[in-house]
Amino acid sequence: MDIHLLWIPLLPFLGFVFNGLMGRRIGTRAVSAIACGLPIISFLISYRAWRHVVDVGSPQHWDGFPWIWIDGLVEIPFSLHFDGLAAVMCLVITGVGSLIHLYSIGYMRGDPGYHRYFAYLNLFMTFMLLLVLGDNLLLMFIGWEGVGLCSYLLIGFWYEDDANCAAGRKAFIMNRIGDFAFLLGIFLCLTHFGTLAMSALTDVNQIQTVAAQTLTIPLLGSVGLVTTIVVLLFIGATGKSAQIPLYVWLPDAMAGPTPVSALIHAATMVTSGVYLCCRLMPLFQAAPAALTLIAGIGACTALLAALIAFGQNDIKKVLAYSTVSQLGYMFFAIGVGAFSAAFFHVVTHAFFKALLFLGSGSVIHAMHHQQDMRKMGGLRKQLPFTHLTFLVGTLAIAGVPPLAGFFSKDEILFAGFEQGFLAGSGASMLFWSISFLTAGMTAFYMIRCVAMTFWGESRIDPDLEGKVHEPGGWIGLSLLVLAIASALGGFLNVPEFLGGNASLGHFTGLQQGHEGLSEQDLHSLHAAEWQSMILSLLIAGSGLLLALHCYGKGKDLRRRFVESGPGQLLGRLSANKFYVDEFYNAVFVRPFETISHLMFILFDRILIDGILVSGTALLTRNIGHLFRKMQTGFIPGYLLTFACGVLVLLFMLLNFLRQGGAQ
Amino acid sequence: MFSLATLLYLSALLFSIGTYGVLARRNILVVLMSLELMLNAVNIAIVSFGRAHALTAFSGEHGGQIFTLMVLAVAAAEAAIGLSLLLVIWRRWKSIDLRQLCRLNG
Repeated sequence: MDIHLLWIPLLPFLGFVFNGLMGRRIGTRAVSAIACGLPIISFLISYRAWRHVVDVGSPQHWDGFPWIWIDGLVEIPFSLHFDGLAAVMCLVITGVGSLIHLYSIGYMRGDPGYHRYFAYLNLFMTFMLLLVLGDNLLLMFIGWEGVGLCSYLLIGFWYEDDANCAAGRKAFIMNRIGDFAFLLGIFLCLTHFGTLAMSALTDVNQIQTVAAQTLTIPLLGSVGLVTTIVVLLFIGATGKSAQIPLYVWLPDAMAGPTPVSALIHAATMVTSGVYLCCRLMPLFQAAPAALTLIAGIGACTALLAALIAFGQNDIKKVLAYSTVSQLGYMFFAIGVGAFSAAFFHVVTHAFFKALLFLGSGSVIHAMHHQQDMRKMGGLRKQLPFTHLTFLVGTLAIAGVPPLAGFFSKDEILFAGFEQGFLAGSGASMLFWSISFLTAGMTAFYMIRCVAMTFWGESRIDPDLEGKVHEPGGWIGLSLLVLAIASALGGFLNVPEFLGGNASLGHFTGLQQGHEGLSEQDLHSLHAAEWQSMILSLLIAGSGLLLALHCYGKGKDLRRRFVESGPGQLLGRLSANKFYVDEFYNAVFVRPFETISHLMFILFDRILIDGILVSGTALLTRNIGHLFRKMQTGFIPGYLLTFACGVLVLLFMLLNFLRQGGAQ
Repeated sequence: MFSLATLLYLSALLFSIGTYGVLARRNILVVLMSLELMLNAVNIAIVSFGRAHALTAFSGEHGGQIFTLMVLAVAAAEAAIGLSLLLVIWRRWKSIDLRQLCRLNG
């Protein structure tokens, strides 16, 4: 009974309640102290729990209380589980989250919604920690939905602008599509496992019993049950983690404040799909067909997003597509069975992508909310510190050793290499080639981003010239800490062939050991790892050098490519995001709107308004018209009617009396 | 002395004349006069019945006369109200013609 685990998500929640209710009254200083202090305490508690897990070597668990139950059928407790995987995730969320809270103090200064912003941010932390710590799928789903809600609230934070609200709605709806599949997956788990507890869902024996069953689906025929569950959960993950086909919301989500993009749409929330896969690793491993699908989608997303990133001119959009691309990498890793590499990339990506976003936020802040890179350039002189940290992030994501991204990306590429070429899987070979190409493209578009923003000649608005200055204080501190983390994060999980011991992988329990291998096999494996690493270094290096050349001295080369036929086509496709939004609009949104409009005309306008409401009124009115002619207003007329009536009554009375008299 | 039947014939005749006047005339003043005629026709009938059944009626020997006096009093009040309404209508619309006063038509 480790009830202190509850404090990890509860503290940010208290911050949310307090700032949400009282924030307006207590002043910005108190709001910032509460909003940043509580996540930091949360971080310290997570740190202590992590130390405990390291020292004792067994996970911590809080049994909680019965939450939802039907006697003898279902029992879902509200319980938290803190193992190696959750520990690392908690440390990343509370650590990076606290830094971004601190950064926000500088970034959001003077905003009228200051307390609202921090309340949402704290609520996000609560749900994200609940997602990570929840010991059953339903509790995880609560967190899953909660972070979606906070994401929606924060994307539309500046709600005065309709475009921001539309972006928020788009994110929410896209996520809902994925969540629907996730929910179906949960239902399937509940009916076939009889429980949603993580321990049961990752129990190999139970999975084997379930895996023997099949499910008959219309059009698809008989499908393995575990495959169905895994695919449904993965569709949920494509929504949250922005994969094909549901990735389009993430670039639009950049409408929110930049620290939000850093925390939610780069470092933490979008990686929760990967976390889900890692959490349920045995279940995913039991569905090889689904894993191939995941690898394919991951690799294709990585490539498509990288291609789009080439043509973007908004600094945040470049970073957003780069996030989508990196998430694709993580799913590729999961697809080829390298859960440890995927999770490692989650951690390093959290560091360097948060750093890059906060760096871009620093630029945007300095440029008075100018995000177009075509109007930047030469900022190296005005923003030397931001430039330096941004460069660290760029080199980290490009995979330059020994920065964080190098180790994690190398591990992912090796996993693909291993499955594709050593194990001889054709699909994996293809997906590896795609990911391999993307590694070079990543280096290229990130250097392009740095070059357009910080290098070359200044294209700044003359009005802004001289006003651009380095933001100091909390912003600088956060950048510094994250830059250090991005530079050194890779040493968390140095692979064995480089003399490390893959500590992160072993600690989280995701690393597949090499115990069964002979000395000779191990030797050849290490040789292959060396080959793969040299290959990935070569591709990243060539991407880097090509970009440096194109955006440095070789401007002619770039112009010639852009003006050539394929170059023009690619440029137009990339700048227009391969027309995916237009495609979705034409295929889903338009028909839906047309049908809605038709239904509106048919049911609302014609049936309800026309027949039921106006029809009733018209009927009574027309009947009224018939009878109103009788009301002449001419008094003698009424009197005549009255007299006639009296006469008739009299006559009847007389008749009656006469008959009565006769009897 | 006239018999009850003769008196009732007289009453019925007066009532019919009054009814005709109320229904047919357009001048409110004449309509009011016709109303008085109808009331008095009823009075004659009541007095006649009172005399014919003086000894057997529940209302006693002078019940008919008392009833008639009551009707006369109410008729006076009615006439007063009717005439004052007439005056107001005249002031307002400068007309006492019923055909022109049918503002409540549908």
